[in-house]
Amino acid sequence: MKSTTIRRWSFIHTWTSLICTVFLLMLALTGLPLIFHHEIDHLLGNEPELKQMPADTPQLNLEQLVAKAQAHRPGEAMQYLAWDEDDKNGVIAIMAATAGTEPNSSHTFMLDARTGDSVEMPSANGGLTMFLLRLHVDMFAGLPGKLLLAFMGVLFVVAIISGTVLYLPFMRRLKFATVRQDKSTRLRWLDLHNLIGVVTLTWALVVGVTGVISACADLIIAAWRNDSLTAMIEPYKNAPPLTLRAPATDLLKIAEQVAPGMTPDFIAFPGTRFSSEHHYAVFMKGSTHLTSHLLTPVLIDASDLSVTAVAGRPWYMDAMGMSQPLHFGDYGGMPMKILWAVLDVLTIIVLGSGVYLWLVRRKAAKP
Amino acid sequence: MRPRQSNFWKVFGVPLAIGLLSAGGLFAALLGDGVWDSLSWLGLGIPAVVGVWGLVRRP
Repeated sequence: MKSTTIRRWSFIHTWTSLICTVFLLMLALTGLPLIFHHEIDHLLGNEPELKQMPADTPQLNLEQLVAKAQAHRPGEAMQYLAWDEDDKNGVIAIMAATAGTEPNSSHTFMLDARTGDSVEMPSANGGLTMFLLRLHVDMFAGLPGKLLLAFMGVLFVVAIISGTVLYLPFMRRLKFATVRQDKSTRLRWLDLHNLIGVVTLTWALVVGVTGVISACADLIIAAWRNDSLTAMIEPYKNAPPLTLRAPATDLLKIAEQVAPGMTPDFIAFPGTRFSSEHHYAVFMKGSTHLTSHLLTPVLIDASDLSVTAVAGRPWYMDAMGMSQPLHFGDYGGMPMKILWAVLDVLTIIVLGSGVYLWLVRRKAAKP
Repeated sequence: MRPRQSNFWKVFGVPLAIGLLSAGGLFAALLGDGVWDSLSWLGLGIPAVVGVWGLVRRP
């Protein structure tokens, strides 16, 4: 590599990293406890616990559950029903002033599918982990916050790539994993920055790219509404507003008939951003490990319960679905969470040592 | 160019192997539980261990 080439890459590496470092440090620090948010919420007593009942206690049907939920929060609209992953008797209900209310103003709670009793889910509506999550997702700044963080994520990816290019001239005369301990503190940290940076490269790239995709979720959902949803609900363009919602009782049976072999993940009620003004949307997930992250929506007419369409899955919705596990690290048990945390701390060290190396160089360059 | 070519593999050989193992680990746990999870712990464990080892090692 010519020295001018090195200088150019070095310039790119320095400035892309310096600009994104503060944000990346915030993301890495808030992300660290979020890896264990289930465990933390459990310890804080913020996770819902359903009461013990005989194993074969029958469940209420969906419309009965909706009625119970509406009695619990009168005057509010049902937005979503979802199924808890840990307890098959747990049905998560999300309600708000209107069906179209934005997600941060919604109220999330759990229904016991056997009794219809409401159990509060404090962790889904506030508290420590929710505070950290909001910081991590949008810094309490809504869409502009998300897009700013997405841009910082892109800079992070450029910093990783330019750092990898620079790894070659820096390491040409050194064996892998050489850390020069006795020359100077700067050299020790330069070697550590190179070593830790290069071994965490793949993980940091994957978490970075999937983070950027997740940060663009609002745009991706809007694109889906424009592309797929609008075409599917074209016949309803001039239909009068929905006055009487048909009961939700058989929604799952209807969806399972047209999407055989799939299981329900959540139901979007009419008027939410995952459905139309005239439809229930039952989001079905695949039955294999890999496809369980990919959702296929079944649109069901909310006045006569006929199936309007089984929507295709545009590639960007699949990309968003696959990004979630790969960003959260929640798909390989506790050992994976611990490794995620170690790699996160190592990334913090790479970020910190990078700033240190820049400061030392700058001081040395001054007369 | 020739000496630089060999430089490339000398410098990037081990990091590339670790990168491929990490990628395999990230992907493995998406495919299933049990053995697949263990494979992912192995794949992601190697970069984690090498990184921490570099940090705590003293001459």
